[in-house]
Amino acid sequence: MPGQGPVAGRRRQGGRAVVIARIFVTPKREVLDPQGTAIRHSLHALGYAEVDEVRLGKYLEVRLASGDPGKARDRVDEMCRRLLANQVIEEYRFELEVVAPAARLQPSR
Amino acid sequence: MKWGVVTFPGSNDDADVLYALSEVLGDEACRLWHKDRNLRGVECVVLPGGFSYGDYLRCGAMAKFSPVMDSVRDHARAGGLVLGICNGFQILCESGLLPGALVRNRSLLFVCEAVRVRVETTATPFTSSCSPGEILTIPIKHGEGCYVADAATLRRLEDEQRIVLRYVDAQGRASGEANPNGSLSNIAGIVNAERNVFGLMPHPEHAVEKLLGGDDGFRLFSAVSSDRARQQAPLSVAPGP
Repeated sequence: MPGQGPVAGRRRQGGRAVVIARIFVTPKREVLDPQGTAIRHSLHALGYAEVDEVRLGKYLEVRLASGDPGKARDRVDEMCRRLLANQVIEEYRFELEVVAPAARLQPSR
Repeated sequence: MKWGVVTFPGSNDDADVLYALSEVLGDEACRLWHKDRNLRGVECVVLPGGFSYGDYLRCGAMAKFSPVMDSVRDHARAGGLVLGICNGFQILCESGLLPGALVRNRSLLFVCEAVRVRVETTATPFTSSCSPGEILTIPIKHGEGCYVADAATLRRLEDEQRIVLRYVDAQGRASGEANPNGSLSNIAGIVNAERNVFGLMPHPEHAVEKLLGGDDGFRLFSAVSSDRARQQAPLSVAPGP
């Protein structure tokens, strides 16, 4: 067993990195977005005449609790291509953030 | 002719399709569960309407990963027939078995009404007993039935006569007013390049008995039976209409 000092103890409790992917899925420019149009009209009705375009998309937070953080980018990209975005009509981009293992996306159950 | 109708969690028109096939058409039709990998020797698989997986994420997005879809893909690749109705059409596009995608209706409204569709090609097993240009009245009921595809795909569909049904008005014109959901080129149904996979937004199973409003939908099912009987072999591309 390695030494029982505070540094060794912290290493054992620290665990591996957890990655949070923040993914944005939006309709392609060529695809008509009637929801965005409807929202634009509503904003105008509320007095925000300066709004000339609205496009409605999806935002997903995906927490990767295991696996190689170095492979996270490729894995998330694959998730987007296979399921999270329909590339016929949508495009996607994402940001990755490495967080402490205790950080969760939602209040604990 | 043996048919198989898939039930995904959330499918709701599977029973009506089974009724149309077994009671009205008089063919052999069995239920297939979305986890079944065995298609039990059916000649045509039907993906029925409904809200599979609650339309979570996107309509048909989750259903494409059900185990049965691996078998459906193999079946299609081997020349077997596949018919996708409404949610089934959405699943076929999500699976890549048909090109393009179905998005939210342009009006943002859920539309539930009988529409007129014109038969654009009779060179498919499903429309082989129709006349070219014939108009069928069939109900639709959907919120995400707007067919979209890029310009190259649309051109290819037209050039290869793979647009099977188009929304038209009482005069038979593919006008804007006749289009219930904003679909590009008024497209209501298409086939794949091999012409054995057919996806359409209207519900032929809801138009199989005159007593209940009309039986134009019956023609699309009966054509398959008689077409298969004539062919007696895996499908090849029929000559143009």
